[in-house]
Amino acid sequence: MGSDLPEKGLVLLSSWASMFGIRVMIALEEKGLEYEYWGQDLGNKSATLLRLNPIHKKVPVLVHDGRSICESLIILQYIDETWPGADGASCFLPADPLARSRARFWADLIDKKITDAGANLWMTKGEAQAEAKKEFMESLKLLEGELGEKPYFGGETFGFVDIALVCFASWFHTYDVSGSLNMEAELPKLMAWVKRCQERESVSKALPDPLKVYDFMLILKKRYGIE
Amino acid sequence: MAESEDVKVLGAWPSPFVMRARIALNLKKVDYEFIAETMHPKSELLLKSNPVYKKIPVLFHKGNPICESLIIVQYIDETWTSVHPILPADPYDRAIARFWAVYIDDKWNPRMREYNMANTDEERAAVAEQIFAGAKLLEEAFQTCGKGGKWFGGDAVGYVDIVLGSWLGWIRVTEKMSGLKILDGDKFPQLAAWADRVCAEEAVKSVMPEINKMLEFGATMMARLKAASSAK
Repeated sequence: MGSDLPEKGLVLLSSWASMFGIRVMIALEEKGLEYEYWGQDLGNKSATLLRLNPIHKKVPVLVHDGRSICESLIILQYIDETWPGADGASCFLPADPLARSRARFWADLIDKKITDAGANLWMTKGEAQAEAKKEFMESLKLLEGELGEKPYFGGETFGFVDIALVCFASWFHTYDVSGSLNMEAELPKLMAWVKRCQERESVSKALPDPLKVYDFMLILKKRYGIE
Repeated sequence: MAESEDVKVLGAWPSPFVMRARIALNLKKVDYEFIAETMHPKSELLLKSNPVYKKIPVLFHKGNPICESLIIVQYIDETWTSVHPILPADPYDRAIARFWAVYIDDKWNPRMREYNMANTDEERAAVAEQIFAGAKLLEEAFQTCGKGGKWFGGDAVGYVDIVLGSWLGWIRVTEKMSGLKILDGDKFPQLAAWADRVCAEEAVKSVMPEINKMLEFGATMMARLKAASSAK
Protein backbone atom coordinates (compact mmCIF):
# COMPACT_ATOMS: atom_id res chain seq x y z
CA MET A 1 0.00 0.00 0.00
CA GLY A 2 1.81 3.09 -1.21
CA SER A 3 1.08 6.60 -0.13
CA ASP A 4 0.39 7.64 -3.73
CA LEU A 5 -3.29 7.82 -4.50
CA PRO A 6 -4.28 6.26 -7.83
CA GLU A 7 -5.33 8.80 -10.48
CA LYS A 8 -8.43 6.81 -11.31
CA GLY A 9 -10.71 4.69 -9.20
CA LEU A 10 -11.92 4.61 -5.62
CA VAL A 11 -9.96 4.63 -2.37
CA LEU A 12 -11.58 4.51 1.06
CA LEU A 13 -9.63 5.72 4.07
CA SER A 14 -11.28 4.31 7.15
CA SER A 15 -10.85 2.36 10.35
CA TRP A 16 -12.40 -1.08 10.97
CA ALA A 17 -14.45 0.02 14.00
CA SER A 18 -15.69 3.33 12.59
CA MET A 19 -19.44 3.20 12.06
CA PHE A 20 -19.16 6.08 9.63
CA GLY A 21 -16.62 4.19 7.57
CA ILE A 22 -18.84 1.11 7.69
CA ARG A 23 -21.62 3.18 6.13
CA VAL A 24 -19.42 3.89 3.12
CA MET A 25 -18.27 0.26 2.81
CA ILE A 26 -21.90 -0.91 2.76
CA ALA A 27 -22.79 1.73 0.15
CA LEU A 28 -19.89 0.79 -2.13
CA GLU A 29 -20.74 -2.93 -1.87
CA GLU A 30 -24.44 -2.27 -2.54
CA LYS A 31 -23.47 -0.47 -5.76
CA GLY A 32 -21.04 -3.25 -6.70
CA LEU A 33 -18.13 -0.81 -6.82
CA GLU A 34 -14.49 -1.85 -6.58
CA TYR A 35 -12.28 0.15 -4.29
CA GLU A 36 -8.98 0.09 -2.41
CA TYR A 37 -9.26 0.05 1.36
CA TRP A 38 -6.58 2.02 3.25
CA GLY A 39 -6.98 1.21 6.96
CA GLN A 40 -6.07 4.09 9.26
CA ASP A 41 -4.62 4.12 12.76
CA LEU A 42 -6.63 6.89 14.39
CA GLY A 43 -4.27 6.99 17.35
CA ASN A 44 -1.47 7.98 14.98
CA LYS A 45 -3.00 9.75 12.01
CA SER A 46 -1.29 9.34 8.67
CA ALA A 47 0.01 12.24 6.59
CA THR A 48 -2.38 11.15 3.83
CA LEU A 49 -5.42 11.38 6.07
CA LEU A 50 -4.37 14.79 7.39
CA ARG A 51 -3.82 16.02 3.84
CA LEU A 52 -7.16 14.72 2.54
CA ASN A 53 -9.25 15.86 5.50
CA PRO A 54 -7.31 18.76 7.00
CA ILE A 55 -10.31 20.40 8.65
CA HIS A 56 -11.79 17.46 10.56
CA LYS A 57 -8.88 14.98 10.40
CA LYS A 58 -11.40 12.14 10.52
CA VAL A 59 -12.41 9.00 8.70
CA PRO A 60 -14.02 8.10 6.44
CA VAL A 61 -12.60 9.86 3.42
CA LEU A 62 -13.57 8.61 -0.03
CA VAL A 63 -11.23 9.45 -2.87
CA HIS A 64 -12.64 9.17 -6.39
CA ASP A 65 -10.34 9.82 -9.34
CA GLY A 66 -8.00 11.74 -7.05
CA ARG A 67 -10.64 13.99 -5.44
CA SER A 68 -11.62 13.54 -1.81
CA ILE A 69 -15.07 13.63 -0.23
CA CYS A 70 -15.55 13.80 3.56
CA GLU A 71 -18.45 13.30 5.98
CA SER A 72 -20.19 9.93 5.69
CA LEU A 73 -23.73 11.07 4.80
CA ILE A 74 -22.29 13.43 2.19
CA ILE A 75 -20.22 10.53 0.82
CA LEU A 76 -23.33 8.33 0.70
CA GLN A 77 -25.19 10.91 -1.38
CA TYR A 78 -22.17 11.36 -3.63
CA ILE A 79 -22.02 7.60 -4.29
CA ASP A 80 -25.79 7.51 -4.85
CA GLU A 81 -25.74 10.41 -7.30
CA THR A 82 -22.66 9.28 -9.20
CA TRP A 83 -23.83 5.67 -9.63
CA PRO A 84 -27.63 5.83 -9.78
CA GLY A 85 -28.02 2.65 -11.82
CA ALA A 86 -30.34 2.37 -14.82
CA ASP A 87 -33.17 4.92 -14.29
CA GLY A 88 -32.02 5.40 -10.71
CA ALA A 89 -32.93 1.79 -10.00
CA SER A 90 -30.27 1.22 -7.39
CA CYS A 91 -30.65 4.48 -5.45
CA PHE A 92 -30.46 4.71 -1.68
CA LEU A 93 -32.58 7.84 -1.60
CA PRO A 94 -36.09 7.66 -3.08
CA ALA A 95 -37.04 9.77 -6.10
CA ASP A 96 -39.84 11.76 -4.47
CA PRO A 97 -38.65 15.01 -2.81
CA LEU A 98 -40.89 14.59 0.24
CA ALA A 99 -39.72 11.01 0.84
CA ARG A 100 -36.12 12.20 0.35
CA SER A 101 -36.59 14.94 2.93
CA ARG A 102 -37.89 12.37 5.42
CA ALA A 103 -34.97 10.01 4.77
CA ARG A 104 -32.52 12.89 5.28
CA PHE A 105 -34.35 13.87 8.47
CA TRP A 106 -33.97 10.44 10.05
CA ALA A 107 -30.35 10.06 8.95
CA ASP A 108 -29.62 13.49 10.44
CA LEU A 109 -31.36 12.46 13.68
CA ILE A 110 -29.14 9.38 13.88
CA ASP A 111 -26.05 11.61 13.59
CA LYS A 112 -27.38 14.14 16.11
CA LYS A 113 -28.81 11.78 18.72
CA ILE A 114 -27.28 8.31 18.46
CA THR A 115 -23.58 9.06 17.92
CA ASP A 116 -22.71 11.08 21.02
CA ALA A 117 -25.25 9.39 23.30
CA GLY A 118 -23.85 6.01 22.29
CA ALA A 119 -20.29 7.10 22.99
CA ASN A 120 -21.29 8.55 26.35
CA LEU A 121 -22.72 5.20 27.39
CA TRP A 122 -19.19 3.84 27.73
CA MET A 123 -17.27 7.09 28.23
CA THR A 124 -19.24 8.43 31.18
CA LYS A 125 -20.75 7.35 34.48
CA GLY A 126 -23.42 8.52 36.91
CA GLU A 127 -25.69 11.36 35.83
CA ALA A 128 -24.00 11.89 32.44
CA GLN A 129 -24.39 8.22 31.62
CA ALA A 130 -28.03 8.19 32.77
CA GLU A 131 -28.75 11.14 30.47
CA ALA A 132 -26.99 9.39 27.59
CA LYS A 133 -28.99 6.24 28.24
CA LYS A 134 -32.26 8.20 28.14
CA GLU A 135 -31.38 10.01 24.91
CA PHE A 136 -30.03 6.86 23.26
CA MET A 137 -33.06 4.69 24.05
CA GLU A 138 -35.61 7.43 23.28
CA SER A 139 -34.00 8.05 19.90
CA LEU A 140 -33.90 4.36 19.01
CA LYS A 141 -37.55 4.01 20.06
CA LEU A 142 -38.40 6.91 17.73
CA LEU A 143 -36.56 5.16 14.93
CA GLU A 144 -38.27 1.87 15.71
CA GLY A 145 -41.59 3.72 15.45
CA GLU A 146 -40.56 5.14 12.09
CA LEU A 147 -39.64 1.65 10.87
CA GLY A 148 -43.05 0.34 11.87
CA GLU A 149 -44.00 -2.84 10.01
CA LYS A 150 -41.79 -2.10 7.02
CA PRO A 151 -38.95 -4.55 6.26
CA TYR A 152 -36.55 -1.62 5.87
CA PHE A 153 -36.60 2.10 6.60
CA GLY A 154 -36.59 2.47 2.84
CA GLY A 155 -39.78 0.40 2.61
CA GLU A 156 -39.32 -2.69 0.46
CA THR A 157 -35.83 -1.56 -0.46
CA PHE A 158 -32.73 -1.21 1.73
CA GLY A 159 -31.91 2.49 1.61
CA PHE A 160 -30.30 5.62 3.01
CA VAL A 161 -31.61 5.43 6.58
CA ASP A 162 -30.95 1.68 6.77
CA ILE A 163 -27.30 2.27 5.87
CA ALA A 164 -27.09 5.27 8.24
CA LEU A 165 -28.25 3.18 11.21
CA VAL A 166 -27.14 -0.41 10.64
CA CYS A 167 -23.50 0.70 10.83
CA PHE A 168 -23.98 0.98 14.62
CA ALA A 169 -25.04 -2.68 14.93
CA SER A 170 -21.59 -3.95 15.92
CA TRP A 171 -21.49 -1.35 18.69
CA PHE A 172 -24.90 -2.36 20.12
CA HIS A 173 -23.35 -5.07 22.31
CA THR A 174 -20.89 -2.52 23.73
CA TYR A 175 -23.67 0.01 24.40
CA ASP A 176 -25.89 -2.73 25.86
CA VAL A 177 -23.28 -3.86 28.38
CA SER A 178 -21.92 -0.39 29.24
CA GLY A 179 -25.35 1.12 29.72
CA SER A 180 -27.24 -1.97 31.01
CA LEU A 181 -29.79 -1.41 28.28
CA ASN A 182 -31.29 -4.80 27.37
CA MET A 183 -31.86 -3.67 23.79
CA GLU A 184 -33.18 -7.07 22.65
CA ALA A 185 -36.14 -6.80 24.99
CA GLU A 186 -36.71 -3.05 24.67
CA LEU A 187 -36.38 -2.80 20.88
CA PRO A 188 -37.51 -6.12 19.39
CA LYS A 189 -38.55 -4.76 15.99
CA LEU A 190 -35.32 -2.86 15.57
CA MET A 191 -33.23 -5.90 16.52
CA ALA A 192 -35.21 -7.97 13.99
CA TRP A 193 -34.43 -5.31 11.39
CA VAL A 194 -30.71 -5.57 12.25
CA LYS A 195 -30.81 -9.35 11.62
CA ARG A 196 -32.64 -8.76 8.33
CA CYS A 197 -29.97 -6.27 7.22
CA GLN A 198 -27.20 -8.68 8.24
CA GLU A 199 -28.53 -11.14 5.66
CA ARG A 200 -27.28 -8.72 3.01
CA GLU A 201 -23.72 -9.45 1.96
CA SER A 202 -22.82 -5.74 1.92
CA VAL A 203 -23.73 -5.48 5.60
CA SER A 204 -22.30 -8.76 6.87
CA LYS A 205 -18.99 -8.04 5.11
CA ALA A 206 -18.70 -4.56 6.60
CA LEU A 207 -19.80 -5.17 10.20
CA PRO A 208 -16.97 -6.21 12.54
CA ASP A 209 -17.39 -8.79 15.33
CA PRO A 210 -19.23 -7.10 18.23
CA LEU A 211 -16.90 -8.79 20.75
CA LYS A 212 -13.89 -7.33 18.92
CA VAL A 213 -15.56 -3.92 19.15
CA TYR A 214 -16.09 -4.39 22.90
CA ASP A 215 -12.38 -5.17 23.41
CA PHE A 216 -11.51 -2.15 21.29
CA MET A 217 -13.70 0.05 23.51
CA LEU A 218 -11.75 -1.19 26.55
CA ILE A 219 -8.49 -0.21 24.81
CA LEU A 220 -9.91 3.24 23.99
CA LYS A 221 -10.99 3.72 27.61
CA LYS A 222 -7.45 2.99 28.73
CA ARG A 223 -6.01 5.30 26.09
CA TYR A 224 -8.27 8.18 27.18
CA GLY A 225 -7.69 7.46 30.84
CA ILE A 226 -11.35 6.67 31.52
CA GLU A 227 -12.16 4.47 34.50
CA MET B 1 -44.57 33.02 -11.03
CA ALA B 2 -45.16 29.55 -9.65
CA GLU B 3 -48.79 28.76 -8.87
CA SER B 4 -49.49 29.09 -5.16
CA GLU B 5 -49.43 25.48 -4.05
CA ASP B 6 -50.32 25.96 -0.43
CA VAL B 7 -46.78 26.75 0.69
CA LYS B 8 -46.28 28.05 4.22
CA VAL B 9 -43.25 28.81 6.38
CA LEU B 10 -43.64 28.68 10.14
CA GLY B 11 -40.90 30.77 11.68
CA ALA B 12 -39.67 33.88 13.45
CA TRP B 13 -37.84 36.91 12.04
CA PRO B 14 -34.59 36.64 14.03
CA SER B 15 -33.87 33.04 13.00
CA PRO B 16 -31.22 32.54 10.30
CA PHE B 17 -32.59 29.03 9.76
CA VAL B 18 -36.00 30.46 8.90
CA MET B 19 -34.36 32.96 6.55
CA ARG B 20 -32.91 30.10 4.55
CA ALA B 21 -36.31 28.65 3.73
CA ARG B 22 -37.59 32.08 2.69
CA ILE B 23 -34.53 32.94 0.58
CA ALA B 24 -34.84 29.61 -1.25
CA LEU B 25 -38.55 30.16 -1.95
CA ASN B 26 -37.82 33.71 -3.11
CA LEU B 27 -35.14 32.49 -5.51
CA LYS B 28 -37.62 29.96 -6.91
CA LYS B 29 -40.26 32.72 -7.15
CA VAL B 30 -42.68 30.62 -5.10
CA ASP B 31 -45.42 32.47 -3.23
CA TYR B 32 -45.81 31.41 0.39
CA GLU B 33 -47.58 32.38 3.57
CA PHE B 34 -45.36 33.32 6.50
CA ILE B 35 -46.76 32.21 9.84
CA ALA B 36 -45.09 33.98 12.76
CA GLU B 37 -44.38 31.49 15.55
CA THR B 38 -45.23 32.64 19.07
CA MET B 39 -42.18 30.83 20.56
CA HIS B 40 -42.99 31.43 24.25
CA PRO B 41 -44.99 29.27 24.61
CA LYS B 42 -44.53 27.17 21.47
CA SER B 43 -47.65 26.97 19.34
CA GLU B 44 -49.80 23.86 18.88
CA LEU B 45 -48.91 23.98 15.19
CA LEU B 46 -45.17 23.86 15.93
CA LEU B 47 -45.49 21.05 18.48
CA LYS B 48 -47.65 19.03 16.09
CA SER B 49 -45.61 19.60 12.94
CA ASN B 50 -42.16 19.17 14.50
CA PRO B 51 -42.71 16.87 17.48
CA VAL B 52 -39.12 15.59 17.51
CA TYR B 53 -37.26 18.90 17.80
CA LYS B 54 -40.09 21.43 18.34
CA LYS B 55 -38.06 23.99 16.38
CA ILE B 56 -38.55 26.48 13.56
CA PRO B 57 -38.52 26.64 10.61
CA VAL B 58 -41.15 24.24 9.42
CA LEU B 59 -42.03 24.32 5.73
CA PHE B 60 -45.52 23.19 4.80
CA HIS B 61 -46.19 22.09 1.25
CA LYS B 62 -49.60 20.62 0.34
CA GLY B 63 -50.12 20.08 4.06
CA ASN B 64 -46.87 18.12 4.56
CA PRO B 65 -44.38 19.46 7.11
CA ILE B 66 -40.67 19.46 6.34
CA CYS B 67 -38.16 20.26 9.13
CA GLU B 68 -34.48 21.21 9.48
CA SER B 69 -33.33 24.18 7.38
CA LEU B 70 -30.77 22.37 5.22
CA ILE B 71 -33.28 19.62 4.47
CA ILE B 72 -35.91 22.27 3.68
CA VAL B 73 -33.62 24.08 1.23
CA GLN B 74 -32.82 20.81 -0.57
CA TYR B 75 -36.54 19.93 -0.66
CA ILE B 76 -37.32 23.31 -2.22
CA ASP B 77 -34.54 22.81 -4.78
CA GLU B 78 -35.76 19.31 -5.69
CA THR B 79 -39.45 20.30 -5.91
CA TRP B 80 -39.26 23.49 -7.99
CA THR B 81 -36.71 22.35 -10.52
CA SER B 82 -37.41 24.64 -13.47
CA VAL B 83 -36.26 27.85 -11.77
CA HIS B 84 -32.90 28.82 -10.25
CA PRO B 85 -31.09 25.63 -9.27
CA ILE B 86 -29.68 26.00 -5.76
CA LEU B 87 -27.37 22.98 -5.48
CA PRO B 88 -24.77 22.48 -8.24
CA ALA B 89 -25.49 19.97 -10.98
CA ASP B 90 -22.28 17.96 -10.60
CA PRO B 91 -22.23 15.36 -7.76
CA TYR B 92 -18.72 16.33 -6.65
CA ASP B 93 -19.59 20.05 -6.51
CA ARG B 94 -22.73 19.11 -4.56
CA ALA B 95 -20.64 17.16 -2.06
CA ILE B 96 -18.35 20.17 -1.59
CA ALA B 97 -21.31 22.55 -1.15
CA ARG B 98 -22.87 20.20 1.42
CA PHE B 99 -19.51 19.93 3.21
CA TRP B 100 -19.20 23.71 3.63
CA ALA B 101 -22.82 24.05 4.78
CA VAL B 102 -22.18 21.56 7.59
CA TYR B 103 -18.84 23.21 8.44
CA ILE B 104 -20.45 26.66 8.68
CA ASP B 105 -23.28 25.45 10.93
CA ASP B 106 -21.42 22.94 13.10
CA LYS B 107 -17.90 24.32 13.36
CA TRP B 108 -17.63 28.01 12.43
CA ASN B 109 -20.76 29.77 13.51
CA PRO B 110 -20.80 28.36 17.09
CA ARG B 111 -17.51 30.24 17.63
CA MET B 112 -19.39 33.56 17.43
CA ARG B 113 -21.56 32.69 20.40
CA GLU B 114 -18.51 31.40 22.25
CA TYR B 115 -16.81 34.73 21.63
CA ASN B 116 -19.80 36.66 22.99
CA MET B 117 -19.99 34.42 26.05
CA ALA B 118 -16.24 34.51 26.81
CA ASN B 119 -15.32 36.14 30.10
CA THR B 120 -11.59 36.83 29.81
CA ASP B 121 -9.32 38.45 27.23
CA GLU B 122 -7.41 35.15 26.90
CA GLU B 123 -10.59 33.25 26.12
CA ARG B 124 -11.66 35.90 23.61
CA ALA B 125 -8.25 35.89 21.89
CA ALA B 126 -8.32 32.10 21.57
CA VAL B 127 -11.82 32.05 20.08
CA ALA B 128 -11.04 35.01 17.79
CA GLU B 129 -8.13 33.02 16.37
CA GLN B 130 -10.50 30.15 15.57
CA ILE B 131 -13.00 32.54 13.98
CA PHE B 132 -10.30 34.00 11.73
CA ALA B 133 -8.97 30.54 10.83
CA GLY B 134 -12.50 29.60 9.76
CA ALA B 135 -12.97 32.80 7.78
CA LYS B 136 -9.69 32.06 5.97
CA LEU B 137 -11.02 28.62 5.01
CA LEU B 138 -14.23 30.18 3.75
CA GLU B 139 -12.27 32.78 1.76
CA GLU B 140 -10.47 29.86 0.06
CA ALA B 141 -13.72 27.92 -0.34
CA PHE B 142 -15.21 30.92 -2.13
CA GLN B 143 -12.50 30.59 -4.81
CA THR B 144 -12.93 26.80 -5.23
CA CYS B 145 -16.72 26.69 -5.13
CA GLY B 146 -17.33 29.96 -6.98
CA LYS B 147 -14.88 29.16 -9.78
CA GLY B 148 -14.39 32.85 -10.50
CA GLY B 149 -18.05 33.82 -10.14
CA LYS B 150 -19.61 36.35 -7.78
CA TRP B 151 -21.15 33.71 -5.55
CA PHE B 152 -20.18 30.48 -3.80
CA GLY B 153 -22.67 29.05 -6.28
CA GLY B 154 -20.71 30.50 -9.21
CA ASP B 155 -22.80 32.79 -11.42
CA ALA B 156 -25.91 32.57 -9.29
CA VAL B 157 -26.78 32.47 -5.59
CA GLY B 158 -26.40 28.87 -4.45
CA TYR B 159 -26.57 26.58 -1.44
CA VAL B 160 -23.54 27.86 0.45
CA ASP B 161 -24.52 31.48 -0.30
CA ILE B 162 -27.86 30.81 1.40
CA VAL B 163 -26.35 28.94 4.36
CA LEU B 164 -23.61 31.48 5.10
CA GLY B 165 -25.66 34.46 3.96
CA SER B 166 -28.37 33.68 6.51
CA TRP B 167 -25.79 34.12 9.29
CA LEU B 168 -24.63 37.56 8.07
CA GLY B 169 -27.07 39.54 10.17
CA TRP B 170 -25.88 37.81 13.34
CA ILE B 171 -22.24 38.08 12.30
CA ARG B 172 -22.71 41.84 11.96
CA VAL B 173 -24.39 41.91 15.39
CA THR B 174 -21.40 40.06 16.91
CA GLU B 175 -19.06 42.55 15.23
CA LYS B 176 -20.98 45.52 16.63
CA MET B 177 -21.49 44.08 20.12
CA SER B 178 -17.93 42.85 20.56
CA GLY B 179 -15.90 45.23 18.42
CA LEU B 180 -14.30 42.24 16.67
CA LYS B 181 -14.00 42.76 12.91
CA ILE B 182 -14.81 39.33 11.49
CA LEU B 183 -15.49 39.99 7.80
CA ASP B 184 -12.39 42.15 7.57
CA GLY B 185 -11.97 43.46 4.03
CA ASP B 186 -8.18 43.56 4.45
CA LYS B 187 -7.89 39.99 5.69
CA PHE B 188 -10.74 38.42 3.70
CA PRO B 189 -11.42 40.64 0.67
CA GLN B 190 -13.50 38.16 -1.34
CA LEU B 191 -15.65 37.22 1.64
CA ALA B 192 -16.22 40.85 2.65
CA ALA B 193 -17.23 41.83 -0.90
CA TRP B 194 -19.45 38.76 -1.14
CA ALA B 195 -21.16 39.70 2.15
CA ASP B 196 -22.14 43.12 0.83
CA ARG B 197 -23.34 41.51 -2.40
CA VAL B 198 -25.53 38.97 -0.56
CA CYS B 199 -27.18 41.60 1.63
CA ALA B 200 -28.08 43.60 -1.48
CA GLU B 201 -29.52 40.56 -3.29
CA GLU B 202 -33.30 40.87 -3.72
CA ALA B 203 -34.19 37.39 -2.47
CA VAL B 204 -32.21 38.02 0.73
CA LYS B 205 -32.86 41.72 1.35
CA SER B 206 -36.59 41.23 1.80
CA VAL B 207 -36.13 38.74 4.65
CA MET B 208 -32.99 40.02 6.36
CA PRO B 209 -34.00 41.88 9.53
CA GLU B 210 -32.89 45.45 10.14
CA ILE B 211 -29.58 45.59 12.05
CA ASN B 212 -30.81 47.72 14.99
CA LYS B 213 -33.74 45.41 15.57
CA MET B 214 -31.28 42.50 15.63
CA LEU B 215 -28.91 44.33 18.01
CA GLU B 216 -31.75 44.87 20.45
CA PHE B 217 -32.83 41.25 20.20
CA GLY B 218 -29.22 40.07 20.46
CA ALA B 219 -28.58 42.10 23.61
CA THR B 220 -31.67 40.66 25.31
CA MET B 221 -30.74 37.11 24.31
CA MET B 222 -27.12 37.55 25.46
CA ALA B 223 -28.23 38.88 28.84
CA ARG B 224 -30.55 35.91 29.26
CA LEU B 225 -27.83 33.40 28.33
CA LYS B 226 -25.23 35.01 30.63
CA ALA B 227 -27.69 35.02 33.53
CA ALA B 228 -28.52 31.37 32.93
CA SER B 229 -24.86 30.30 32.72
CA SER B 230 -23.81 32.19 35.86
CA ALA B 231 -26.76 30.77 37.73
CA LYS B 232 -25.48 27.19 37.15
